[in-house]
Amino acid sequence: MSVAEGSQATGWVGRAMRRKEDPKLITGRGNYVDDIVLPGTLYAAFVRSPEAHARISSIDAAAAKERDDVVLVATAEDIEGLTGPLPMAWVPPGVEVHTPEHWPLAKGSVKHVGDPVAVVFGTDRYSVVDAADEVAVEYDPLPVIVDPEEALKDETIIHESLGTNVSHRWSLGGGDLDKGFAEADHIVERRVVNHRTAGGAIEPRGVLADYRGDELTIWSSTQVPHFVRLFLGLLLNMSQDRIRAIAPDVGGGFGSKLQMYGEEVVLAWAARKLGRPVKWIETRSENMQACHHGRDQIADVRMGMKSDGTITAFHVKILADFGAYHMLLTPTIPSLGAFVMQGCYRMPAVLTEITGVFTNKFATDAIRGAGRPEATHMIETVLEQAAHELDIDPVEIRRRNFIPADAFPYETPIGVVYDSGNYQGTLDKLLEHFDLQAFRAEQERMRGEGVYRGVGFSTYTEICGIAPSRVTGPTGFGLQAGGWESAVVSVHTTGAVTVYTGTSPHGQGEDTTFAQIVADKLGTTPDNVDVLHGDTSTGPEGLNTYGSRSTAVGGEAIARASDKVQTKAKAIVAHQLEADPADIEVRDGKFSVKGSPDKAMTLAEVAGQAYIPLNLPEGMEPGLSETSFYDPENFVFPFGAHAAVVDVDIETGKVDLVRYLGVDDCGPAINPKIIDGQLHGGIVHAVGQVLYERIHYDEEGQLVTGTFVDYALPSAAEIPMFELDRTETPSPTNSLGVKGVGEAGTIGASAAVTNAVIDALRPIGVTWLNMPLSPSRVWAAIQEARG
Amino acid sequence: MSTHSVSLTVNGEPRTVEVEARRLLVHALREDLGLTGTHVGCDTSNCGACTIHLDGQAVKSCTVLAVQADGAEITTIEGLASDGQLHPVQEAFWEHHGLQCGYCTPGMIMASADLLNRNPNPSEAEVRHALEGNLCRCTGYHNIVKAVLSAAESGRGGTIEDGRLSEQQRENIERVAETGLGA
Repeated sequence: MSVAEGSQATGWVGRAMRRKEDPKLITGRGNYVDDIVLPGTLYAAFVRSPEAHARISSIDAAAAKERDDVVLVATAEDIEGLTGPLPMAWVPPGVEVHTPEHWPLAKGSVKHVGDPVAVVFGTDRYSVVDAADEVAVEYDPLPVIVDPEEALKDETIIHESLGTNVSHRWSLGGGDLDKGFAEADHIVERRVVNHRTAGGAIEPRGVLADYRGDELTIWSSTQVPHFVRLFLGLLLNMSQDRIRAIAPDVGGGFGSKLQMYGEEVVLAWAARKLGRPVKWIETRSENMQACHHGRDQIADVRMGMKSDGTITAFHVKILADFGAYHMLLTPTIPSLGAFVMQGCYRMPAVLTEITGVFTNKFATDAIRGAGRPEATHMIETVLEQAAHELDIDPVEIRRRNFIPADAFPYETPIGVVYDSGNYQGTLDKLLEHFDLQAFRAEQERMRGEGVYRGVGFSTYTEICGIAPSRVTGPTGFGLQAGGWESAVVSVHTTGAVTVYTGTSPHGQGEDTTFAQIVADKLGTTPDNVDVLHGDTSTGPEGLNTYGSRSTAVGGEAIARASDKVQTKAKAIVAHQLEADPADIEVRDGKFSVKGSPDKAMTLAEVAGQAYIPLNLPEGMEPGLSETSFYDPENFVFPFGAHAAVVDVDIETGKVDLVRYLGVDDCGPAINPKIIDGQLHGGIVHAVGQVLYERIHYDEEGQLVTGTFVDYALPSAAEIPMFELDRTETPSPTNSLGVKGVGEAGTIGASAAVTNAVIDALRPIGVTWLNMPLSPSRVWAAIQEARG
Repeated sequence: MSTHSVSLTVNGEPRTVEVEARRLLVHALREDLGLTGTHVGCDTSNCGACTIHLDGQAVKSCTVLAVQADGAEITTIEGLASDGQLHPVQEAFWEHHGLQCGYCTPGMIMASADLLNRNPNPSEAEVRHALEGNLCRCTGYHNIVKAVLSAAESGRGGTIEDGRLSEQQRENIERVAETGLGA
């Protein structure tokens, strides 16, 4: 199967262009934080706790301080002048959320392995690590809790000031759940464990901070430079205009760099205190301990259905392990799943109940999908189980429950309005590429030969394009921020175009995607459009990159700013050519008079008029630059249908992914090449979670999988070629019709792979498996099923 | 701590660095020689972001001490293209979208180029096996494998357009030069 390459596109939108970003990156000319060198830079090394829970009884830094190559050793007491602890900005509405104080350096006690207790600044990158080793910290160990169900008992309290380990309890539901279950002929109940994972961006975090005069510049490997500026200003009591935050080239984020990290605060503080540039580059081992984790939910799930497979009620009780602290968005991550807890299906009644608890691990927060992969995994694994219990084909049971394509916009029982969808359409197209009947025959034949092959399906919809301010903001869902995005489109005198976006792409190819949008609007070419982002000094405030928002919100802002430029350009052209502005169109790379294509001006000619303003329409200001702030009316709801084929070695429990198909719908494709790339990476992120990756703490709270030796990211050798296709159902939410695609693959894939493994082992008697499907776990399930 | 003088040929040029015995080759390249295209993504030699060619073979430069490389010929990502001509693997990564954030890319390209030196016509399985020591979180490997297979077929690179003017940019500037603004 090959994806249409957009050859039908008449403009730049729709073309599978190669990326503008790439020439520097393939020649080693990228510019990541650690590549930036300032004269006189000091290096930082953090002293981190080896204990999961302990009082700090003493810190002796004398030996480190005596070294010639050490300039400063600081502990929590030394970080003077902070206005408060690290921020937590999003709580679910209507409940009290317990939030422990979380300081950049631990005060009095440590709550997880890797909690920083001191920082050393020195002149040499190697010796500062030696110096950090010479800081002697004595700990008085406290009881450790790593099991969230133990934490719930409140027998040992992690944060004494809170008096409980429970962060909060919150629920979101709609419809009559009791009635739904009373009407059910069959109820499926399962415990769905979605284990803790890491973001795994290949570039670890890094910070360079420089303070000159009264201005702070901070380069950080972050997804959210605008948040970094805002919160640094608040925490350091500095005016926002005195701070410039820069996300240079950033080597992947996947949510893990959507954060205001303590290390960023410490480095900014030190740059101000020392009056010298300071740099900290995280090691991978530090990253595994102290860069936020994701998932970590235990869910007790009940699905009620009629004997024909029609769902009558869905009840989910989630116990979310938040780890030791609330980071920026920690308490709300599971709630994002509750927004789409009915997936692609009509459900008369649905209820999600969430309890969040603290444990002696590092914090969880947004990791690719953030709550929605967990929700999809529950829905899709339990529904497929129901299909088998009711002896209904797993494809057919989905068909019977899909929200029909003519029902959109569709308001769910909890009040979320799905803007668009055609779930049957993606599933039908998937099955054009995957002959299920033929597969079943092959499966049967292969079992005869001792090969256990299985297929698993997953159909998903997700909520993204974060976010309408009225829904997610302070008066809505409690986010202490808006959800809009900013854009500035400036045409220069020669007709070259600079676009500023408040999003902060870090690998998603938005330089190219955005340039394609602008090129069509302004009758130019993408290589004539430069896209600026990730530097708070280059444009108005922005809200950064996360939640599959960059194109659906940031791209729409750019489209709107481009439209304003286009309107002004048309007025200039009409004035010059003595035509009506309404008769001017952008056609074949020019602004021309409808019906008279010879009467035309290029963008450069228009710009010339705008900047040498001798003959502009009456009252028009010079220049050709426009700004837009776009606040979406609704979220967007991408969807898709996936299928995974696996072989399971029943002697060892090893699972091989042999085929993976996906048909996804993120609206009209702007750059098909980039969309497919986002899906490939998203799918493998989930495959990694299902088969290989696990953040595992032992009973003492020691991180067992603390390096890439133990925390196994998938390599090329484990992954097959993907078979992807698309449908294009425009979103009515924005003028481009686009939805996000950065998280879609991750949201869709874990259930497909898990269902495939169960399907392979069903003849042996295996009817359920929880991730990670490591050989030992699969082997044990096979042994148990065989008795 | 005492230092050692290490002489290397890096991307065709003789270079000498004074380093501590414990200094990793990757840090000598990045910090002493300013070649920041070679990246560090882990501390256990798993990720391969630091892959370079040492005496014609791909090695992880975080696993070699600079002093061990004394006398060696080294090629880094900065030295792979020559005379403005991209190496076929670079060209193929660009054409087939074999990179997203770009952080693993230099190592991935160096490992791929090494594979094609040893095996000019690898199978898909051979490409995947050869890149097992290079981790990428963005691409899911699909387009990386596609790029390497394509580079093996084509065997030629393209030109670096980075920093050059597009046709339209050139036209615009020429037009302004000839006719003045507002023409």
